[in-house]
Formats: sequence, structure tokens, C-alpha cells
Amino acid sequence: MKPDKEFPIRRVIDEDGQLVGDRSGVTDDELKEFYRWLVTLRTLDQRAWNLQRQGRIGTYPPFSGQEATQVGVVAALDRMDWICGSYRDWAALAYAGVPLYYPLLNSMGHPVSGNIPDSVQALPVQVVIAAQILHAVGLAWSAKLQGQDRVAVTFFGDGATSQGDFHEALNLASVMKAPVIFVAQNNQWAISVPISRQMNSQTIAQRSLAYNIEGVRVDGNDIIAVFQTLKEVAARVRAGKGPALVEAVTYRLGAHTTADDPTRYRPSDEEARLSHGEPVARLKRYLLGAGILGEEDFQRIDDEAKATVDEAVKTAESYPKSASETVFDHVYQDLTEPLKQQRAAFRQRVAEGGGQRG
Amino acid sequence: MAKVTMIQAINQALGLAMERDPKVMVLGEDVGKNGGVFRATEGLLDRFGEARVVDTPLAESAIVGSAVGLAMGGMRPVAEIQFFGFIYETMDQIGTQASRMRFRSQGRFHVPLVIRAPFGGGVRTPEIHSDSLEAFFCHMPGLKVVTPSTPYDAKGLLLSAIQDPDPVLFIEPMRLYRAFREEVPEDWYEVPLGHARIAKSGDDVTVVAWGPMVPVAEAAAEKAGQEGISVEVLDLRTLSPIDTQAIIASVQKTGRAVVVHEAVRTGGFGAEVAALIQEHAFLSLEAPVLRVTGYDTPFPVPSIEDLWLPDAGRLLEAITTVVRY
Ligand SMILES: Cc1ncc(C[n+]2csc(CCOP(=O)(O)OP(=O)(O)O)c2C)c(N)n1
Ligand SMILES: [Mg+2]
Repeated sequence: MKPDKEFPIRRVIDEDGQLVGDRSGVTDDELKEFYRWLVTLRTLDQRAWNLQRQGRIGTYPPFSGQEATQVGVVAALDRMDWICGSYRDWAALAYAGVPLYYPLLNSMGHPVSGNIPDSVQALPVQVVIAAQILHAVGLAWSAKLQGQDRVAVTFFGDGATSQGDFHEALNLASVMKAPVIFVAQNNQWAISVPISRQMNSQTIAQRSLAYNIEGVRVDGNDIIAVFQTLKEVAARVRAGKGPALVEAVTYRLGAHTTADDPTRYRPSDEEARLSHGEPVARLKRYLLGAGILGEEDFQRIDDEAKATVDEAVKTAESYPKSASETVFDHVYQDLTEPLKQQRAAFRQRVAEGGGQRG
Repeated sequence: MAKVTMIQAINQALGLAMERDPKVMVLGEDVGKNGGVFRATEGLLDRFGEARVVDTPLAESAIVGSAVGLAMGGMRPVAEIQFFGFIYETMDQIGTQASRMRFRSQGRFHVPLVIRAPFGGGVRTPEIHSDSLEAFFCHMPGLKVVTPSTPYDAKGLLLSAIQDPDPVLFIEPMRLYRAFREEVPEDWYEVPLGHARIAKSGDDVTVVAWGPMVPVAEAAAEKAGQEGISVEVLDLRTLSPIDTQAIIASVQKTGRAVVVHEAVRTGGFGAEVAALIQEHAFLSLEAPVLRVTGYDTPFPVPSIEDLWLPDAGRLLEAITTVVRY
């Protein structure tokens, strides 16, 4: 097998923003809207990094570089489709309708960030690598059992494809013909481990062959290609053709999280080379070249993004603190007898000023 | 002798073990080039090469399951699980394989495997990373469970663990990795498994602690001392097999005991300690054995962590209660 030939990377605009493929099915207005989102999300991500450095939020996992994949995928879904993501997937959730201050609250350790608004059909982010992939299988399966017109999409990383959960999910979904779209965000690194060390396969997409499901590879930094691909894949999955595996090839532009130092393990020439094709600058080059947006538009979009992000930061920082004792809520539907007693003791301790550090 | 942190002491132990025995190898996620996310394996890749310092694919069950095979095949694997919370991925391989192979094969095979993992709260991690899950593993016959609270013990216990013919779970209190330095011999030495340590001796009440709670117990003992209460702090160091004798000897002297752990309360290892005390030292007891523990909830978000975790204040209350009983 020649995986490069059987799973070619689909791409519509190249690193320099040149049109190299077929743009059909994506309007100028959609592109403008995508661009506005990409800039807003990038602005948010960079602000979050700075907030962490200033000690205003805790550990934060940046999604810079992966905005096109996350937005392009969600843009191709229907409102009732399920989204199951992980710690780096806040761009997908934001585009799906989760407030922009949620990722900030999440890094501030505010429990409300787990409570995704009812209008968004998404599970809370979780950190156990690959676990959510199986949930997507179950959600899709349940939709099928109940005759609902819903598919489930799950996001996960290249590292996650090494877990048993990933392989079990693909197999089970294939056997059950569950309407799931597996979106591997191949950002080429799992903390310090490069994809070449993660697997001895040339592509993630080729694993679809083993499970007899559809597999495609797309340039994850090209939002047009991602959007088109997902539209097509989702239509087939929705029509009952079984699950599909999409490998979006992208690049983690910076550190794994604010606690990580990539200079320890990642060559800077690789960073320079692979950052060049990053999704925001790429779309901008295209829009400029195609005359869809001009310098003034870009300035306005930047300014609006900044204002939107300022607002999100303000909301996050002034968000009402949750009472400490809410840690006893939502353990079970009803507070159990032992938990009632523990909560009373806890409450008293808080009232007495206990638990201060030092 | 140099003063080193716990993480440096662990790094030294791994280096010495690999120097002495070419069968010793480390494997895990980000343990090679990155030197581990806490730098426990820093420098080992350069010293011992890629065959013995292995960045594995991201799969904990694969790490532990293959380490069971490596161990049976003649190697001495030291597997790192990046955070103890992710040990759930390996429960099957530890509980049904590593811990039972000797028993299953009636002694033909054994699994000299060490699984290291950072654990515990106080460092503001995201969900799952801070969980204290030791009780699950003390419930697995065939497995030993060890946790140090000082740099000196970390090195000596780890060297013993690597020498041990049976699988050892070695959990390292994250918040103590760089909390303080102490003098640690540069050379090889061992602290035997299965023996508790009197961290502070006293007469009125025994506080049984391990890992991250030992400094908390020492702080509470200090405060109690100011109120005229003499506290003995027992650092278990090895949870399984437990040093019953040391616990009983201490309680027979003091007549009172408090157990402290970060893990959730119900079914926690503190219950085991309390049961042993009432079985073996009932007539010495002047008061019921109390527990100071995490609450029966998932480990909370960082903003609530300090309130949730046992601290010196809460422990002191329990100490005072048993003394005044
Ligand atoms: C089961 C499990 N093991 C280990 C970790 C620690 N960890 C967090 S992120 C990560 C790397 C993940 O890489 P990848 O799947 O490529 O996703 P990315 O971070 O690149 O988005 C690791 C090892 C974890 N969160 N869960
Ligand atoms: Mg990755």
C-alpha cells in the first residue's frame, strides 16, 4: 500500500494562500465569517496565554494552529449533532455556541465551565486521552437506536490514536454502523513525542482500512478543505453509510500547555517551516489575494476580535465565584446521608476560615 | 553530601540503578527527550540511550502490559505513568496480570516491575491529575505499594523497589517534588520496603500519615506541641505490605491515633489502619481512632482544593478531640 497515494491530503488553498483546488460549495460570505472566527479565536488563545503568564488563570492548553480544523468541522454539522472533545477543543466548542469566557473559567478552575449550555450538544471537555472517542460511538449509536437524525463527531489528537480506546471505538462503530465522524487532529506532537514515534504507519487515515470504514486525509490548516470534506463525510455518515475517520493534518504552533517548554524537544527550524502554513495567516493571504477582504477589513476584524475577547476576559474575571460547598453537588442526583454530614462539617470549617494555605 | 530535592533524588536512583544493572530500563510518556514532565528522568536518555530510556506511544495499558512481559522476559522495567489519575487505564494489567502472575504460574514466573507515578493535590492541576488512588492498589494481593515523603526515602525506597522481585507501585507526592531539599548520599543505599518510619516521636497521640500528608502531620504536631500535646508522627512509607508492628507499638505507647490521608474517605486506606489498631491495640486505646481525609467527592477544581484537602488545622482539631476524649 502507498498511503500517500491512497490517502492524499486534500487541500484547496496552499500555505501561501494560493488557490490550488476546487473552492465550490463555499461562499465568500462563509469565508468572511470563518475568517472573523479564526481571528477571534486566535486572539482569545493568545490572550489566555498572557493571562496565565500574569497569574490570572491557571494551566491553559492553547489551540493555536488548530482553529481551521475545529471551526471547519463544526461548521459542517447540524445543530443537533453531538460534539465530544478534549482539553484543546475549545475553538470547536466556541464556534458551536459555548461562550468565549468558558475556556478562561476552565483554566481558572471554575466548575461552571463543565456545564455546557443546553443549546449546545456537546460533552464537557475531559482530559483522559481518547476516552471521549468511545462516548461519541455510544451517542451516535443511541441516535441510531432512537431513529434520530443526528451524527456524533469526536475530536482527538495524534497521540490518542495509540490508545486502545481509539481502536476499540473504530471497530465498534464499524460493527454497529454507528453514525460517528472521528476527527484526528494530527498536530504532529503529543507533548514531546513526535508522530513518527507515536506510530509506524505513514498516516492515521489508513487505519480506516483495517476497520473497513471510510478514511480521508485533509489539510487541517485549510478551512475550506476541512469544511468541504466534512460536509461530504457528514452527508454519507448521516445517510447510514457507517462511520468515517478524518485525519486533519495540522501543527501545534506553540507549547503543549502553559506548563510546557517545547524548546527542550522540538527543533526550531521545524517550527518555522510548519508554522508558515498556519490557518489564520493562510486564509488571510487568500482573502486578500482574491480581493474578498482588504486591509481595512482586516483592521476592523482585528479590532472587533480584540473587543470581543476583552469582553470575555471581563466576564470571566467578574464571574460570580461558586460557593465552595458546591463540590458536594452533582456527585449524585440526591445528596447522600454521608455527604450531607460531610457538607455540614465542610461548611462549618469554611465559616471558621479553615483551609487557608500555610 | 549534597542537598537535593525529591525529584533529584528519584533521578539519582534511576541513574544508579541503570548504571549498576543493564537490564534496568525506563519507559513511559515523555520520559526520554523531555526528561519526564516533572524531569524525573532528565538526562537518562543521553546517558543510557534510546533502547533503555523509551518514549512510548501514548498508551498506559500498553506501557504496563508490555512491562509485565519485559519483566517476565528478564528485564527490569521501571514504567512511568505521567499522572497517577491515568493509572485507571492500567487497572486491568496491574490487577489481573502483574499482581497475579507469580500466583497463577505457581512461582514459575514473577514480575519484577516498578510503576512510578506522581500523585496528590496542592499543585492546582486539571481534573484527574491529583487523585489519590492508593487504596485500590492496597486491595490487590501480589502488588506492593510504596510512597516516600522525603528525598532521602524516595531514593532509598526506589532502589529497593527496583531490586524487589515483585511488582511495586511507587507513588510520588507531586507537591513534595521540589518542596524542600535534604542531604542525600550520592551513592547507592537502600531503604527497605515494608518498614514505617517515626518522623517525629511523641507520647500523647499517634498520627499515621504517608506521602504528601507527612509534612502536614509534622506541622500539626508542631502546633499541638505549642498546646502541650506531644504527637508522634508515623510515616508508613510502604502501604502494602503494611508495617502493623510499628503502628501498634506507637499506639500502645500513646493510646490514641489519628489517620490522615488525601484520598476520599470511604473505603480509604485509613479505614484499614483504624481496623488494625482496634484489632491489635484495643486495650491501649483511650479514644476512638479518627480519620482526617478528603471528602467523598471527586477531587475538586483548583479554586476549592485548599478547602477540600486535609491540612494542619483540620488535623489539629482531630488531635485535640482524641486527646480530650
Ligand atoms: C490517559 C492519559 N494519559 C496521559 C495523559 C497526559 N497527557 C496529556 S496531553 C498528552 C498528549 C496528547 O497528545 P495528542 O493526543 O496528540 O493531543 P494534543 O495534546 O496534541 O492535542 C498527554 C500524554 C492524559 N491526559 N491522559
Ligand atoms: Mg497531538
